[in-house]
Amino acid sequence: MKTINITVKVWRQENAVAKGHFEDYKLTEIDTDMSFLEMLDVLNEGLTLSGELPLAFDSDCREGICGMCGAVVNGEPHGPVKAVTICQLHMRSFTDGQTLVIESWRSKAFPVIKDIVVDRSAFDRIMMAGGYISVKTGTTTDANANLITSDIAEEAMDAAQCIGCGACVAACPNASAMLFVGAKVSHLSLLPQGKIECVERVRKMVTQMDKEGFGSCSNEYECSVSCPKEINISHIARMNRKMIKATIKSVVG
Amino acid sequence: MKLNSNVPKGKLKDKWTQYKFDMKLVNPANKRKYNIIVVGTGLAGASAAASYSELGYNVKVFCIQDSPRRAHSIAAQGGINAAKNYPNDGDSIYRLFYDTIKGGDYRSREANVYRLAEVSNNIIDQCVAQGVPFARDYDGTLSNRSFGGALVSRTFYARGQTGQQLHLGACGALMKEASKPNLEIFPRREMMELVIHEGKARGIVVRNLINGELESYTADMVVLASGGYGNIYFLSTNAMSTNSSAIWAAHKKGAFFANPCFVQIHPTCMPVHGEYQSKLTLMSESLRNDGRVWVPQKKGDKRHPNDIPENERDYYLENKYPTFGNLVPRDVASRNAKEQCDLGKGVGNTGLAVYLDFKEATKRIGLEAIKAKYGNLFDMYKQITGKDPYSEPMMIFPAIHYTMGGLWVDYNLMSNLPGLFVLGEANFSDHGANRLGASALMQGLADGYFVAPYTAGNYLAQVNNNELTTDHEVFQEAEKAAKDKIEKLLAIKGNRTVDDFHKELGKLLWDNCGIARNETDLKKALKEIPRIREEFWKNVLIPGTTDSFNQTLERAMRVADFLEMAELMIHDASDRKESCGCHLREESQTEEGEALRKDNEYSYVSAWEFKGVGKEPELHKEELTFEEVELTQRSYK
Repeated sequence: MKTINITVKVWRQENAVAKGHFEDYKLTEIDTDMSFLEMLDVLNEGLTLSGELPLAFDSDCREGICGMCGAVVNGEPHGPVKAVTICQLHMRSFTDGQTLVIESWRSKAFPVIKDIVVDRSAFDRIMMAGGYISVKTGTTTDANANLITSDIAEEAMDAAQCIGCGACVAACPNASAMLFVGAKVSHLSLLPQGKIECVERVRKMVTQMDKEGFGSCSNEYECSVSCPKEINISHIARMNRKMIKATIKSVVG
Repeated sequence: MKLNSNVPKGKLKDKWTQYKFDMKLVNPANKRKYNIIVVGTGLAGASAAASYSELGYNVKVFCIQDSPRRAHSIAAQGGINAAKNYPNDGDSIYRLFYDTIKGGDYRSREANVYRLAEVSNNIIDQCVAQGVPFARDYDGTLSNRSFGGALVSRTFYARGQTGQQLHLGACGALMKEASKPNLEIFPRREMMELVIHEGKARGIVVRNLINGELESYTADMVVLASGGYGNIYFLSTNAMSTNSSAIWAAHKKGAFFANPCFVQIHPTCMPVHGEYQSKLTLMSESLRNDGRVWVPQKKGDKRHPNDIPENERDYYLENKYPTFGNLVPRDVASRNAKEQCDLGKGVGNTGLAVYLDFKEATKRIGLEAIKAKYGNLFDMYKQITGKDPYSEPMMIFPAIHYTMGGLWVDYNLMSNLPGLFVLGEANFSDHGANRLGASALMQGLADGYFVAPYTAGNYLAQVNNNELTTDHEVFQEAEKAAKDKIEKLLAIKGNRTVDDFHKELGKLLWDNCGIARNETDLKKALKEIPRIREEFWKNVLIPGTTDSFNQTLERAMRVADFLEMAELMIHDASDRKESCGCHLREESQTEEGEALRKDNEYSYVSAWEFKGVGKEPELHKEELTFEEVELTQRSYK
């Protein structure tokens, strides 16, 4: 068993309106097989026993698929390892004596609830605006009635695997949500069953995205780099094409 | 009290069709006058809520996470079964029904299981229409693969993320309805109390997890789709927040709990690294097709596995079960792994693991073939453990995965409490004593899309509820009970953390009510649980306040409920003196040491009635009768 000693510099903020600050904690003999979140569990057990308030942080499945966890570690959303969430990041990625700066996602559209827990309900409101195919239960034809080529299904799946964690927003200097929205628009517009509402969908989702206070895309590509599911930037391009169509349609009619 | 399953009369294959026709209907214009509460937003909850709203009912949906999309259905990997018979390999509704009831070791209700198989095809149609990007063959049709316990290819999948895609499809339907005025979503809320008025479920009290406020909501019926209780063992493949508190609250208000001791253990999970381990991650069982399971012959052998020569290894599954070898069923593989570790032969830092070795297979079929078959699993293993399974054996250990038990429901998926419906993993309905792979997703969506919308209408059309508002004393009492519980917990200010108690309980259950059970161990556990519970209520340390975002308090309340529920599990396991489905009862084995099911004595659903904390619950039996299938014992030697 290999262990390391580290210092964590963590963002502490009592609630949405309180002023936050960084707090330093020293952790000794951290097993390098621990996950990053288990390291935070150890921190919290220690804080609790010493009469302090534990650090609030979100996590659920701890296998990288629910999208609940997320923090900026040393400036990088979900930390230094590519294509993982912090629940799948392990302490072997850090070195003895290192200081880890841990912050919440930062975006006007993701207000802090407590410590590094943020409110991502803006994402749900964008989905409510149009992130679906309007089919009712029981009104469908046989699943094989529409053939879809394997390539298209795979490309749709590449986009559909977005976990809605918000790392793309945290990574973007403009706090843009274009990758999140683009992934959903792309997933649905690639499939024949999603094409019918395509134009309306993109218009409604983009309108809601703007309303929530997310920034614009200026082609920094940071979102794609920090995405734990490696969702490609090309989905933003596809969304923009659809959006142009929607705009022309609304102007010309 | 005699339990009535309300299974309609008639031939098995006609029951559901005839029953749908016989049901009472709510006039379309009147549907908006009814309110439905749905707790939980996994496959079952999200699909039910969306479907109710489409029909015109007013729906309020509650989840503990920050968004409905986080529910643990999202983590299901393998696939979803349906009887489409697209591969033309002889599948049918009857075969899917038969496999499911046989897989459940004949401890589920024939009529419910048949209906599940019957609606399975509609689910695939529905999901495709929603845009679920299932895997396709090169001709553009849907691709199928085979899964454990079936001899046909009936599993539909979306890479290793089928649960995610189905769940996002159901959440899409939920979001579509949430954009209309008759459906409202309440995230970061945890149900604390079920409210009963005039004998019927009429509302809930929830805690707003952001500000700690208690909120009351009334309805004409309440649907619980809050998932399973595997986290009672502390370590499981479940998500961190998965809990039994909603169903336990309903149980304490009179809903019967069925077969609580039926839990499924998965044999090929990543092993435990240390005391700090927070959850276990599952790897596909397909690994056992080529991997050989072994432990060192010598106890406490700390050599690197590659340094242990062949003649000092014990390939215990191959030795003990020469016919099936490494491919024995889940429960046998799990039981034997634990046995080896209990003997002190476990490997790794904690001694809680066995080796799964691909050396011979690599020699036999080549490295490239191994990569093609298991590449993604090997990568996942390496990423989590930091060890390379291409150059040294993997370490695996069994883990709690799924709970077949749950609240008792009738054919309508309604509990014995009128107006309380229970869907998905939270009910006991379809999997008997063991669930087949790729059937959990099927059941969740069957319940939510195609069963509960019908049976709810049938109930509401006949119920005649009085007007009830949240200032009624039943709500005041429920809110007070919730408030008292919170204040009592916060006032303890003891010396031990919540997780510390949870781990103690989990280990006790794992050791005494896990894969193999016996009377002595169960008796021991029954003595220990009240002791832990009493200490918890005297010595737990919960920092923070009630009126803030307080995750320790959330966990404490769930553990408090687990500490009560654990006792019920032990009572249930003690009563069932047969080996059945996932568990071995050591007193019930054949001469060869195989599991022995006792159909003459235990062919019933155990439905338990709550009698008070620490008091012995009362057992009600629903006898299971089989008209269609013949009961057989399995053999794998």
